[in-house]
Amino acid sequence: MRARVLIRPKAGILDPQGEAVQRALPALGFAGVENVHVGRLVELDVPDAGELEAMCEKLLANPLVEDYEVQLLGDG
Amino acid sequence: MKFGVLRFPGSCDEIDALQAARRVGDAELLWHGERDLKGADAIIVPGGFSYGDYLRAGAIARFAPAMEAVIEFARTGGLVLGICNGFQVLCEAGLLPGALLPNANLRFTFRQVELDVVRMDTAFTQACRPGSNVADGAGQEGPRPRLSIPAKHSWGRYYAPRRTLDELEERGQVLLRYAPGHNFNGSLRDVAGVSNEQGNVFGLMPHPEHAVDPLTDSTDGLCIFQSMRLAVESGTRV
Repeated sequence: MRARVLIRPKAGILDPQGEAVQRALPALGFAGVENVHVGRLVELDVPDAGELEAMCEKLLANPLVEDYEVQLLGDG
Repeated sequence: MKFGVLRFPGSCDEIDALQAARRVGDAELLWHGERDLKGADAIIVPGGFSYGDYLRAGAIARFAPAMEAVIEFARTGGLVLGICNGFQVLCEAGLLPGALLPNANLRFTFRQVELDVVRMDTAFTQACRPGSNVADGAGQEGPRPRLSIPAKHSWGRYYAPRRTLDELEERGQVLLRYAPGHNFNGSLRDVAGVSNEQGNVFGLMPHPEHAVDPLTDSTDGLCIFQSMRLAVESGTRV
């Protein structure tokens, strides 16, 4: 099973990367952009999709400071 | 008394930590792939970029065989000090509360920082004495030491949820704070170093092992290692 895990900084925690990107956009003429956040993307093939939750909790994300979202992309 | 200093692929401060520890006792390097702590009385998890800091700083190092032994050692009351990347590893391993996030200034920053010693009665701070440099903390009984030691990192912003921070302060687990004007990384409540509830595991972002030799000016970092020696010799095992 192909899977994709999206990892984001939790809401309310200072995200200096997101802020830096948000400040950079107006300089390129993209005005009015708000709430920019930068996270991570992990793509993986797994034999058992049921294990993804545990993988996220134990390694892929730090649940104290990050939220994660698992997307199943199907076989092949 | 013997310190064991962990070495991961990507560690870079283990030799300084070893030399600092040798100023107060014996010390030996411990390879990350081995579970044997070689009879060490106290463990130092040093700074660097263990396993390339891939994924998150410290996230992969916590699963090293040596770390499994260190976690067991800590659970039975052994003294464990984590410096910089070592602090990140101990947080990832769940031995210390909270997490270290990218510096608020988004830069790798290397500078001398001043740290206020919040408590002088712990296994990691009992040898710290107020010298010429004293914190001007209003409402405290007596002068508190202020240490001048270097910090160098890009992931040093201490974070814990508000309720956890309240608990840490109530239980006296915040042992070091950045002095006013020295919290360059944006750590919540100026936290520079925290211990676990039992008081036998301690982590800090600045580098006491880089401030032990008069050749490099400040020797304020030495008191952390001296404190650990005193704790081991007095048999304080939690």
